Amino acid sequence: MTLNTAPTPTAVRQLPQTAPAKRRKGKSPYPYWFYLPAAVVYTALFLVPTFASFFFSFTRWTLTDFTFIGLDNFIQFFQEPALLKGLTNTFIYGLVTSVLKVILGMLLAVLLTSQIIARGYLRSVIFFPVLLSSIGVGIVFTVLMDPRNGMINEALAAIGVQGPAWLTDPAWALISVALVDVWKGVGLAAVIYIAGIVSIPQEYFEAAKMDGASSAKCFFNITLPLARPATATVIILSLIGGLRSFDLIWAMTKGGPGFTSDVIASVIYKQYQAGFYGLSTAGNVVLFLIVTAIILPLSMFLNRKEVEQ
Amino acid sequence: MTTALKRYGLGIIAIAATVVVFIIPLIFMALTAVKDRKEAAKLDFSWPTNFQFVENFTQVLSARKFMLVTAFINSTILTVASVAILVVLAAMVAWVLQRRKSRWNGLANFLILSGLIIPPAIVPTVWILQSMGLFKTLPGLILIEVAFGLSFCVLLFRAFISSIPKELDEAAVIDGCGPIRLFFRVIFPLLRSVIVTVIVVQSVAIFNDFQHPLYFLPGDANATVQLTLFNFQSQFTTSYNLLFMNILLITIPPFIMYLFFNRQIVAGMTAGAVKG
Repeated sequence: MTLNTAPTPTAVRQLPQTAPAKRRKGKSPYPYWFYLPAAVVYTALFLVPTFASFFFSFTRWTLTDFTFIGLDNFIQFFQEPALLKGLTNTFIYGLVTSVLKVILGMLLAVLLTSQIIARGYLRSVIFFPVLLSSIGVGIVFTVLMDPRNGMINEALAAIGVQGPAWLTDPAWALISVALVDVWKGVGLAAVIYIAGIVSIPQEYFEAAKMDGASSAKCFFNITLPLARPATATVIILSLIGGLRSFDLIWAMTKGGPGFTSDVIASVIYKQYQAGFYGLSTAGNVVLFLIVTAIILPLSMFLNRKEVEQ
Repeated sequence: MTTALKRYGLGIIAIAATVVVFIIPLIFMALTAVKDRKEAAKLDFSWPTNFQFVENFTQVLSARKFMLVTAFINSTILTVASVAILVVLAAMVAWVLQRRKSRWNGLANFLILSGLIIPPAIVPTVWILQSMGLFKTLPGLILIEVAFGLSFCVLLFRAFISSIPKELDEAAVIDGCGPIRLFFRVIFPLLRSVIVTVIVVQSVAIFNDFQHPLYFLPGDANATVQLTLFNFQSQFTTSYNLLFMNILLITIPPFIMYLFFNRQIVAGMTAGAVKG
């Protein structure tokens, strides 16, 4: 609403005399100050904290006061088992979720672009969980995964399988959360793949069929290579999301039992709550380094292949 | 014959699978939300014998001095304000970035991509907010959501603006349009379809956001719906019916968005994704 009223008076006032004269002097109609409001917010609340985090990760910090302690925070991060576990778990979580999302998303997309009935229904149902709140999904699945009364284990027992204790079993807790993450996120992967597959020209498939290629051959030699940009996007997106993920883990296990399902993001929160601000910031820096060290080379690799084709 | 078999056979298998994997958890949530406490505690998938939607509904709303009502108001303010600011600021940046080629473009693109990849540094952000007096305030959180959402929105806007012919700008300039009027009167209305996409995608994301309110807006006075749900989780450990009623209530706004803007949401998420 303010948009329409605010700018007009000034613009109208300026136009007759000053504006044309200025423009003749080479004034661009695309002023740089359009960047300004966004730049101020972005710099103050994103860039400055990011740079500050590098400094404060070397300190013991109370928000008002800090002492420089060198690499101590990082040493602690890599030595204390609870923190180190968070580090390895972050990799496991990111890997499991993105691999499953790539495979399942691809399969679903192939299914949903083939000639089957009820495609509209299937597409909407698979995508809907993407829009649900992580906390809500986390709570619902915590109940469903209840080791004794939960529906999942009761269903498994009905077909004669002894289900694991899911969230309460240290060996399964992290994987359980990762599976729920896949349940929630596979719809986005599938939709991205559908966009990629639909953009492949139909003639390729027709020509291949003429030459007698089976549908498996079509998939591996046409769909898979030509949907590569979609694959790149799904991998990058789910890795960024997976390595940074916090909501689901915090809603379902809070890093437990013990610290067996902690990831870096939850470690950062725990240290922040405990008042170890320097250590928490060091965790942030570690996460930053991991994410960029994985995402940058990977996206360069995936995008370069794309250009070569 | 075989194609028909494939068409229906695969379709039916797929429908059955999605019902088991996706629909049943959602129905389970809805059923548990209307059960009484004892029945809900059994955690099983059954039709409620004692249907008490109204009781659960009022009980959840009135819990902890109508905290959920406060939370809905806060979440609405947060979502509307941050999305409104995001749309205007991101469109301004995207327009100049797409139209004016200069040495700043490289830097701007780099910063936008960083915004997509880099995990925000939490404690330093708290520190900055505190020094500005915005920590634990709604305006502070609104600015946070704006800062973290900018990159994605700028990418969406820029992709769309590249499809608007530049001749339009030139014609307006020749007619004596200044930059402000050119942007807000000529360009901004043309962006309507992408604005709808940005609004829908971002409002679902911000409404569902949990991590940032948890860090930057703790405290009961101005809790958001996600925080309230999280707090109820520890309070209602024995009354799953109330907990699930809460989940049901906060699922309704995104669900309505999905019903009306299905296409925009999917388009926005895939388009933004492919560019990123």
